[in-house]
Parts: sequence; structure tokens; C-alpha cells
Amino acid sequence: MNDFSVIGKSIAMVDAAGKTTGAGKYTDDLSLSGMLVGKILHSPYPHARIKQIDVSRAKALDGVVAVITGADAPNPYGILPVGHDETALAVEKVRYVGDHVACVAAISEEIAENAIELIDVEYEPLPAYFDPEDSMKAESDLIHENRPHNIEKDYHHVFGDLDKGFADADYIAEGRYIANEVTHAAMEPHSTLANFELDPHTGKLGRLTVWSSTQVPYYLQHKLSLVLEMPMSQIRVIKPLVGGGFGGKSEIIPLEIIAAVAARAARAPVKITYTREEVFWAHRGRPRTIIDLKTGVKNDGRMTAVACKVIQDGGAYCSYGVVTILYSGALLGALYDIPNIRYDGYRVLTNKPACGAMRGHGTVNVRFAFESQMDEIAAKLNLDPAAVRRVNLLKPPTVTVNGLRVLSYGLPECIDQVVTRSGWKERKGKLPKGRGLGVACSHYVSGAANSIIRSDMPHSTVNIKIDRDGGVVVYTGASEIGQGSDTMTAQVVAEVLGCEIARVKVIAADTDLTPIDLGSYSSRVTFMAGNAALRAAEQVKKNIVSAAAKRMNCTPDDVIMRDGHVWKSSTTLSEYNPTLSDSLDEHEAACGHVDGQILRGSVLQTPKEEGPKDHMSFEEAVVAAIDFHGALTGTGSYAPPVAARGGKHKGGGVGPSPAYSYSAQVAEVSVDEETGEVTVHKIWAAHDCGRALNPVAVEGQVIGSVWMGLGQALEEEMVWKDGLLMNPGLLEYRSPSSAESPEIECIIVESIDPEGPFGAKEAGEGSLAATIPAISNAIYDAVGVRLREAPFTPERVLAALRAKKGMKRIEMTESVDPTAPRKLREHGGSLWFRGKGPMRHPLDPARRGTNAGSPMGGGE
Amino acid sequence: MKKELIELRINGRAHELAIESNKLLLDLLRQDLGLTGSKRACDDSSCGSCTVQMDGVPMLACTMLAASCEGQEITTVEGLADHGGLAALQKAYGDFGGAQCGFCTPGFMMTVRWLLANNSDPSEQEIREALSSNLCRCTGYSQMYQAIRAVIEAEQKAAPTEMVGAK
Repeated sequence: MNDFSVIGKSIAMVDAAGKTTGAGKYTDDLSLSGMLVGKILHSPYPHARIKQIDVSRAKALDGVVAVITGADAPNPYGILPVGHDETALAVEKVRYVGDHVACVAAISEEIAENAIELIDVEYEPLPAYFDPEDSMKAESDLIHENRPHNIEKDYHHVFGDLDKGFADADYIAEGRYIANEVTHAAMEPHSTLANFELDPHTGKLGRLTVWSSTQVPYYLQHKLSLVLEMPMSQIRVIKPLVGGGFGGKSEIIPLEIIAAVAARAARAPVKITYTREEVFWAHRGRPRTIIDLKTGVKNDGRMTAVACKVIQDGGAYCSYGVVTILYSGALLGALYDIPNIRYDGYRVLTNKPACGAMRGHGTVNVRFAFESQMDEIAAKLNLDPAAVRRVNLLKPPTVTVNGLRVLSYGLPECIDQVVTRSGWKERKGKLPKGRGLGVACSHYVSGAANSIIRSDMPHSTVNIKIDRDGGVVVYTGASEIGQGSDTMTAQVVAEVLGCEIARVKVIAADTDLTPIDLGSYSSRVTFMAGNAALRAAEQVKKNIVSAAAKRMNCTPDDVIMRDGHVWKSSTTLSEYNPTLSDSLDEHEAACGHVDGQILRGSVLQTPKEEGPKDHMSFEEAVVAAIDFHGALTGTGSYAPPVAARGGKHKGGGVGPSPAYSYSAQVAEVSVDEETGEVTVHKIWAAHDCGRALNPVAVEGQVIGSVWMGLGQALEEEMVWKDGLLMNPGLLEYRSPSSAESPEIECIIVESIDPEGPFGAKEAGEGSLAATIPAISNAIYDAVGVRLREAPFTPERVLAALRAKKGMKRIEMTESVDPTAPRKLREHGGSLWFRGKGPMRHPLDPARRGTNAGSPMGGGE
Repeated sequence: MKKELIELRINGRAHELAIESNKLLLDLLRQDLGLTGSKRACDDSSCGSCTVQMDGVPMLACTMLAASCEGQEITTVEGLADHGGLAALQKAYGDFGGAQCGFCTPGFMMTVRWLLANNSDPSEQEIREALSSNLCRCTGYSQMYQAIRAVIEAEQKAAPTEMVGAK
């Protein structure tokens, strides 16, 4: 039995009311007086040199205040120190359809849109690269001059003795798997509002304040400083409510810098909000990934060696690419015991929007390949797929062959849970034809053990201030993006201080007020900001306890703080006021409401002359502590321990984490053999989150992850034609609606991590990766075809079914094939959002006939 | 563009507004009246984040001309709160995790309220179908069903006394 009063209980998020009433403010809901609207001109070419930009006609339009181009902010930046290859607006070259070229700030959206049309840009089109395997052969017209063969980064890792591993194997499986590109499609389009204050001493533009939909306010502050050439101390980044991120807001998106540059040029506040189509171009999603995987096993399914080659279609800029390609290799480890690993990873540049971090960063597509191949091995060796996973379990505490330290490991129980609940033993392989079950596992980091900015600073810091009113104010840089980080912080602090959660106010993600936190990505907040909050609260508690101990004439060890009361452990609370906890509702307790009066804590304080007490209210204890120690504040910070920071090999810094979450899933599907349509009936998902601090939030995160994996498994896909996105809308980019979403049963497994706050680990990402292979394995169980390319659309499933029967493939996309009549293709194109999007570019194959001699592609 | 004067009834109050004839209802709500609860997320009536009710029927404000709404009773999410407190549905969405990032939530509030007003005991299938007009990227919808189910059950518990009274 756990003895907690706040954590471990499901509570509504602390900001829930603002969300359900519409009162909560997201960035686009904000406005300032005199605010201008910014609109961005995007490139219609996938790859071209900018010969000339003429903004004079746009500037002359009545109502236009400023027009900016790349020359106004030429400093390169990027989220990774090794990848400073972006500029807010294109300088010299555009590298994808949708690349940012110029921005207009005007008094209305309509005027800004009209002005955009008046900007004259002269381009010199260059050959463009759309396929990563072609792009790797490029010799000339490189996307970035300093990246030969358009390879952003390649890594070649060998751990253990690979030759021996494969020599020891009884069976070796080999295969190529492809996972197509997906994007976050967070409901809130990116938005930024920037405003400069005038400096009273110089009379010129002074401090900059930026409100932005970001997961990483501190990184934004840093990159703004770099591009605007202003000290970080003069820049304040405030994160209002964020309408979902999933990684898409975990780096600096061009509009965030463009808004600030435009505000500087216009000398007025500027707000830019992307249209949905622009959000698709901003992208930074999960790259199309080609995985060549080879696994050697003994006859009982135990793995002897794994060789994995990964090619990622990274798009036109580095973004998080170097980290993504490293995660893909590093997280081959830490799930199962693999004695020998070889990994070759290639992050390749192409003329498409940059890919970046997306939920399950780097692990998802490789996990799809890996878990699919395990299923193939089980089928080949006639083993139970669940049993194959069980014989390959790690034996923690351990350090994997590639240097990942694993302490808590709830995977065995996760597998047991889903196997039991799904009726796996009784039903697997015995369901009617067309219906099947599949199992798969996954894991994810609880934050990266090494910061992307190389430094020894803490990854999270939390400050707490308590005043005489008994109000607890927590300052954290951690970014609430809907995952519940503010609630988690409040819970941890309330638990440590033994006060009610209503008493705790969280002030988050405002770089002027809150201490540095790296932000909300790689599932780091609960573990790292949670630990920092725990330590800050413990520091404050020590002062309260010592003052209370004096007042109650006992030792600090004897003082208990819980549920808003402070008492001596030798007594019980009920002896002093048996009805106290019942009679005071939360509101009364929080503000010291006694006998019809609202009293300040200081008035409640009993004079010392009354002699020692045995019980105090939280307010009394706080007042005693302030009287005794002075101001009551505490600070806690967290940096991952050295032991968790991984191996010394090149690239070894990515992958290590202080703790890993584990997930096992069983999916039940049916397949319509006539149409190839896959229906998922139910998914059982067990997730080891260490300890569930707020079970309803954990379930929400796990179900949300599984559901997002389901989308990638069945229907989500970014469809490209020569660098032009065919489906840049929420209807065309098909994420599952409630009608297509199956029941997802979430089972929380608590392994209690020794280093997590109260034993907690991550919950928000780890489950996603298992869903895709669980579904593909279930499809195999249902109809005996192996889907090696995601998503498993009716077209692909039907093609596999027909191939199995030796029948010809039906080309369902014939009507959108470039050689088909043009009229049919227009439907999926970008023209429908005229004025806000790029024109169909002249190099588009549909226009090839009219545009002689346009060199396209990196070779056939 | 020349402005014209129209009168709209929004959340029980009349507003006289001078607007361009091409002004969208969503822009009018968000920019002119500061009712920012209705959200713009897809621009093209794909996602339901801008859902408002026109005479009790859910409609998408992002593709509706404001000038065409004269004479109808418009309700936005700001008009949902129950005498200044959270409506049961709003409370339940918080308790059961029906809202994560919250951006789609106002739209869901308007859709679900319409569902419950027209069907006091919808089946799971009916709830799924009703909600399919709105997109959410966080929750996978599961916890929304729990919230809606809780509201329905609370209503049903309260209902018998009303029926006695009615007799």
C-alpha cells in the first residue's frame, strides 16, 4: 500500500477549467493594442537560387508597415549546435516548396495577403532531390554546400562481436521495412506574438517580449538572441497555453523568429499565425525511414546479433536530424538483451520540409521493423511471439552492450498483463479467418541524459516561494503543452509539503520569472522537472519542519506534514480535531477561513506564551517558519547522474536516459480480404511508467500515444509529388476520427524507479512505437500477409493479399499518377488555398510539357 | 470593402456590429468580440474546433459568413457555463481527462451539448458518430466517452425525481 495523500490519485488538470470554458488563452487568442498581422511569402520551388527580391510594390501598399526578407535576419540557427543551417527567411537559396522567403506586417490580414502577392521574386530553379537513396548519390547542386552527397550525418556503430553473433545463430531473418512520413498535426497552428518595448534610457527599441506556441521557451530565447544579436537578458519568452506539440513545437519554427524581426522592422507588435497548410510545411515530423534489418536467433528465439541499416529522408534542414538518426540506433538497446549490435544510420537531406522530433522520436519506425521481424522469426521457428519476447528480456540492473543503463524494468509484467487480458493463449491463431491478434513491445527515454546544448548546467530547476498567506507558488520552466506538466509539478510539491493541491499555484514557462528548464520534449518533464520540484519542496519543508519542531517542542524527525496539517508523530491528528479534515473544504483550508472570518496566517498564529503545541495548521507552520528563518523559499535542480550518461563512443550521448518506460501491446484486428480494409477492434496497452503520479493523466497519455500510433499504422501519411505535399489539410491528412478509433484498454504497470520522483518515469511517448507492429502482426495473424510498409492502407493490404495469391496489383492511385489526366490530380493539390499557399510550381510534372528543360530529381 | 451594419444575438445578448460583408463568423467572434474560445485550427471546416451553435445546431464558424447569421441565436463555448460555474459536461471533461491540450475542447463542448440535448441516452455508437465531426489529436477520444457517460449517468440519477414531479 502506498501512503500518499496527493499523488497516485486521479485529479483534473490544474488548468482544465480554462480549457473547457474557452477562457484559457493560447497565443493566437492574445492581442496587443496597435498589433499588426504578419503574413509570410513561401517558395513555390523545391530548390532554387533567389536572384532578386523586389518588395517595393508591397511596401507601397496602403496599410503595409514593414516588409522583411532574408537580408533582415541573415544569422543562421538551428536547434542543434551541429546543425545551424537555417535562416528565418531564405538567404540566397530556397530548399523546399514552402520555404520562407519574405514577410509582410500590415494593419490587417487582408492587406498583408494582398501585399504578399506584390512581392516580386526572381528564382533560378535548381535540380531538386526528393528520394533519399537518390539524394545520397548527389555530386552537384547540393542542398547544403558543406554536406557532401546530401548526407547530413552518418553513424556506424558496432557493439560486441557481430560475426560471432551471426555465426552462433540457428536462424537469420532479413528484410527491408519502410515507414512513410507522418506529421504531428497538433490542433493549434503555430503562432507567435512579438513586441519590443522602448528603452527609457536610450529612447530606442529595448527589451523584446515573445509569446509563442512552443515546447522550448528557453531554446527560443537563445536562438532569438543569436539571430537578433540581442543579449538573452533582453529577451523574454512567454509560453501561453499550447494546443498540442508532439514534438512539432520542440524547436524553433521560422515564424517565431520572423515575428520578432518583423516587430523590430515595423516598430509595432506583430502576430503571425500559420494557416493549417503552412503548419504542414513547417512540419518537423517523423521522417520516411527505410530500415534494412537482420536478426540472428537461436532455435528458442534468443537473439544473438542484430544488424540494422537506417536511411532517413530528413528534408531540407538538419533540425533534430542528427539526434533522430542516433536514437534510431541507440534504442535498439534497452528493450531486449541483444549481445551484438551493428548499426549504420544515414540522415539524408532532400528538398522537402525538414523532419524533426515527433512523439517517440527516432524509435518508432525502427521499432516497427524490429517487432515485425520478431514476429516473422516466431512464425518461422513456430514459437509463440509473446514467448520470443520473454526469452530476450534484460536482467536489470544492467548496462546494455551499447552503454544504456537500465534500473527499473516493468516489461515482463507489461507482457503478462496484455497476454492475460487479451486472452492471448486461448485466442491467438484460433480466431475466425480474417481476424487476428498481434503483440509488440516498445520503450522510451525519460528525458535525455545529455543536454543538446553541451553544458553542465542542471536540466531542470524549480523555485518555490511560500508567503504568510500560506500560498505556495512554484516557478518552473517546464512547458505545459497539454500533457499535464503543471499538474504534475503541483502534485509533487503538494505531496512533499503535505498541503492541499488548491494551495499550490504553478507559474511556468516565462523566461523572466521561471528558472531555466530545457523544455518539454523527449518525455523529460516528469522525471527531471519532477525531481527538481521534489528537491525544491524538500528544501522548503526542512525549514518549515524545523520551525514547527521548535514550536511543538519536538525533534524535526517527529514532525509530520500532511493534508494541510502539521503535527507531532507521537500524537495522531484526530486527537486534536477529529472532524478537521472533513469540516474544512478545500477553499476554507486554503485561505484560513475560521469561524466566519477569512484570516491571514499571521493572525491565526498562537502567541508563543501559550506554550508548546502538538498540532498546527499549514499556515501556522509557514508563519512560524518565516518568523524563524526569514523568507521561505526553496530551489531544487536536477541533472542526470554520470552513470546514466552512456558510452564514450561518437554519438554515444544520444540514447542514454536516467530511466526507460516500457510498453507491451496486443492488437485485435480484422481484415476485409475484398477491399484490404483493416479494422482495429481493440488494443490492450500495458505501460510501465514507474509510478503513476496522476493515473487519469497517465492513461490519457498512453491512450493518446497508442491512438497516434494507430493513425500512423492505418492511414496517416504525407503524400509527396516532386516535393509538393498532396494532402496539406486536416481532412486530407487522415488522422482517425472518433468513428474509426477503437477501444484502447490502458493497464498501468508501476515498476517504481529508484531515481524518479516518487518512482515515476515517462508516460507520454513510449507506447506509440508498439502499436504499429502490434497491428501489422495482427494483420499477419488474420490473413497471413506481412505488411512491411506503413501505413497499412487498403491499397497496400490488398496488394499484399493479391501478391500472395499471385494476382496483379490494383493501382488505386492511378488517377493521381503524373501521367493520368491532369484534372483528376488537381483534387489533392495545393491550389485550393489560394493566396495563402504556394502556386503549383512550374517544375511539377503536370506542367512538365510546358516547361522545357527543367532538370528534376537526383537521377532515376 | 464597405462595411454594413448587422445585428447578431450571441450568448443571449444583442450586438450591433459594422462588418465587411466577407467577414467570417469565427473572425468576428475572435477579433471583434474577443470571444476567443472558438478556435481556428484547419481553416476549411475539417476539424470542428470552431463549432458554435446556431439555434441549437452545431455549425462551423470558420466557413460561415457573419452577415448570414442575423436573426439566429448564436451560442459559443463562452455561453456554456452554468450560472458562472462549470457546467456538468465541462467538469466531467476535466475530471476524466477529456481535455488534454484543450484546443479542440470548446468545439467538442458545443457538439456534445447538442448531442445530449437531442438524445438523453445515446448509445456508444451514437456518441462516436456525433463526435466524429470534431478532431482531437491528444486523447484518442476514449476519456471523452467516459466523461460523457458520467454526465449521462448523473442526469439519469437525477431524472426520476423530475419525472415524479411531472406526474
